[in-house]
Amino acid sequence: MKSRELAAGVVLGAILLILLFVAPAFFAPDNLRDLLLNSAGVMLVALGMTLVIVAGHIDISVGSQFAAASIAAGLLSKAGLPMPLVGLLVLGLGALLGAANGLLIGRLKIPSIVVTLATMIILRDLLRWTTEGAWVQNLPVGFQWAGLGQTAGSVLILVKILVAILLVAWCLRNLSAGRQLFATGSNPDAAVLAGIRTNAVVTGVFVIMGILSAAAAMLNAIRFSEVPGNPGAGLELKAIAAVVVGGASITGGRGTVGGTVLGVLLLSVIGSALTYLGINPYWEKAVQGVILLAAAASEAVRQSRGLKGAYASR
Amino acid sequence: MQLVQASAISKSYAGTQALKNVSFTLEQGQVHALIGENGAGKSTLIKIITGAIAADQGTISICGNAVGQTTPALMKSLGVAAIYQQPSLFGDLTVTENIALAVEDRSMLGRVDWAKRRQWAKELLDRLGARIDPDQEASSLSMPQQQMVEIAKAIGGEARIFVMDEPTASLSDTEVDHLFRVIGELRTKGAGVIYISHRLDELSRIADQISVLRDGESIASRPMKEVDRAELVKLMVGRDVSAIFPKQKVPIGETVLRLRDVGNVGSGIRRVDLEVRAGEIVGLAGLVGSGRTELANILFGLTPATSGSIALRGKAALIDSPQAAISAGIGYVPEDRRHHGLVQSMSVTENTTLATLGAGLLDFGAERQIATEFASKLGTKTASVDVAAATLSGGNQQKVVLSRWLATKPKLLILDEPTQGIDVGSKSEVHALMVQMARDGMAILMISSELPEILGMSDRIAVMCQGTIAGVLDRAEATQESVMHLAFPVLPKTRGVA
Repeated sequence: MKSRELAAGVVLGAILLILLFVAPAFFAPDNLRDLLLNSAGVMLVALGMTLVIVAGHIDISVGSQFAAASIAAGLLSKAGLPMPLVGLLVLGLGALLGAANGLLIGRLKIPSIVVTLATMIILRDLLRWTTEGAWVQNLPVGFQWAGLGQTAGSVLILVKILVAILLVAWCLRNLSAGRQLFATGSNPDAAVLAGIRTNAVVTGVFVIMGILSAAAAMLNAIRFSEVPGNPGAGLELKAIAAVVVGGASITGGRGTVGGTVLGVLLLSVIGSALTYLGINPYWEKAVQGVILLAAAASEAVRQSRGLKGAYASR
Repeated sequence: MQLVQASAISKSYAGTQALKNVSFTLEQGQVHALIGENGAGKSTLIKIITGAIAADQGTISICGNAVGQTTPALMKSLGVAAIYQQPSLFGDLTVTENIALAVEDRSMLGRVDWAKRRQWAKELLDRLGARIDPDQEASSLSMPQQQMVEIAKAIGGEARIFVMDEPTASLSDTEVDHLFRVIGELRTKGAGVIYISHRLDELSRIADQISVLRDGESIASRPMKEVDRAELVKLMVGRDVSAIFPKQKVPIGETVLRLRDVGNVGSGIRRVDLEVRAGEIVGLAGLVGSGRTELANILFGLTPATSGSIALRGKAALIDSPQAAISAGIGYVPEDRRHHGLVQSMSVTENTTLATLGAGLLDFGAERQIATEFASKLGTKTASVDVAAATLSGGNQQKVVLSRWLATKPKLLILDEPTQGIDVGSKSEVHALMVQMARDGMAILMISSELPEILGMSDRIAVMCQGTIAGVLDRAEATQESVMHLAFPVLPKTRGVA
């Protein structure tokens, strides 16, 4: 693991170590389970965001995709479809939403920040119009915990997330597509000249992002008996922050799944840790902001050193 | 009075001596032409005079006063105005604003007199005979129009010293006439003009004095009246071809690439006919901007041909993307190794296999083996094939890019400035590799701005000029002079050339 990911790991380790001595109650199984379940959505979205950021892009529409998928999951389930089919349809919806972003960005070369800002607003307002902010209620009993009960349901969610993490990490390393993704994000011109279809790579990444947003929505929604009217607000910022804290370069070409996982855990542990340490949890956001800035600053320092190095070697 | 006195200027970039002890004088009321091949040092010299870069040694005096630390702002305040070949207007501002920005000197809070500004811009443009609406956004102007605005910017200020780098490259005959009239006016008023052009014929119309640079040295400075075209070409190229090239004769096989009437409207390539055969190295010579890289971009599918036909090994080929080019057996080593060739952050191995990844699973073992094999075959000096490509020297980076293309087993390899910016040792290694590749039956198209390399390595030399091939020379008949004669454009109407 490279130094930047290590930094997130070291900070996380230090926090856990302090908690171990000062507030061992933090490590109660229930608390840990809730902590992991609460970060489940961010984890999946950050996984996709890692790919997007490695490709040299950004996706701020993931919160809206998450909302659309959550509500779709609720409505489809309410319509009486069996849960596996609901899951498939919701993932399909995510893929479609991602493909819309991907085609606009990969094909038409519109900057990703503009495209996803637009789709973020459009999706969010479409939902507002159609649901009028109403929660999806009276869901069938088979919805919550996928009908498995809380313990088994929680385990199912955590296992699925672990599988997703391992799968993405493995593909990123072992598939030709993963290599093409890093080349595209590092040096798009050189990638094109090496015969890589960078348009397809970028489009594909946004499709995967959409699927992961939908998966996050699905796994998050089944923890509750109702779907709120406006879920996933601010999710994009949490995911992007976690990826950057995890050592990815916001300019593309660098980033790892391991780093992102550490980034998500680090940022989600803060709130709970503050409470257990007896500090006002209102400091959570401020501490997260400081960590993000520290990560970005160390990246900037690394890059300026890299530049100097490049000039020196000329 | 001497407007500019540059004495004993030297400048080197990372070990390459761009200027050696060059002196240059611009008198009042003089149009002083500066000519030389690509890389002769013209750009470096004018960048030093405009303050864009600092000289390592030597002094610059403006109107008799020595200038210590040269910066663009200081040189501008001393009356130096520059017009570059590539217009550098602010695309989102109007013509008026562009001109005003260049010539007005106001504090941030000064009030703007829009009507007066506009009137002034209009007068300047009229003086140049340019029919351009001052309210138009600069990005909507054509290339020649932008060039005219650049010229208006320069003459609108209080400048006395004008540096013009190929100002006529994109202008029509009438526009050139207007420009020359304005240059005449500037001269009468006592201003001086440093004029760089590849169009030798137009120099005789306006230049008073002509200086020739070659390989960073000042070769000659003479009154324009005393020299003719043939002599100028001789002065520019008259270096001795002492470098020894490892070129060997190998059997020439079938025609691998055949271009008929190929063109691309967007990139200005027109009516190109060219053949490259197996085992043959064809040198593509020409001045910067003559369309050599643009032609390579057509062959590699980056800007597909809009007219004409391309045949590969006798079969018509549609090359509309780099993927199509690669699967048709074409490889392309681009000129800008750092930005277009290597993925700097990736390892030597990953860079080597980038064009042969295929789909599905990666085979790390096979990748390493290929990278190691090519590294030893090409003599790439690297700590290991796992280190980032950025850590290698220029010559070794180039070998990594070459490995990538050799791994695709191309039938035709396009090399764009293959030895630019690499040390002498690596250079001859790359040349030896080219001979080896030719012996293996590869067809090679080599773009180079270095005449000795072109003459030393090519079986045939195609010379490009203004987007098309001006002529093809055989190795035996080609000389520096004959190549340069083809490379320099000849105006359709010869205007009183001696």
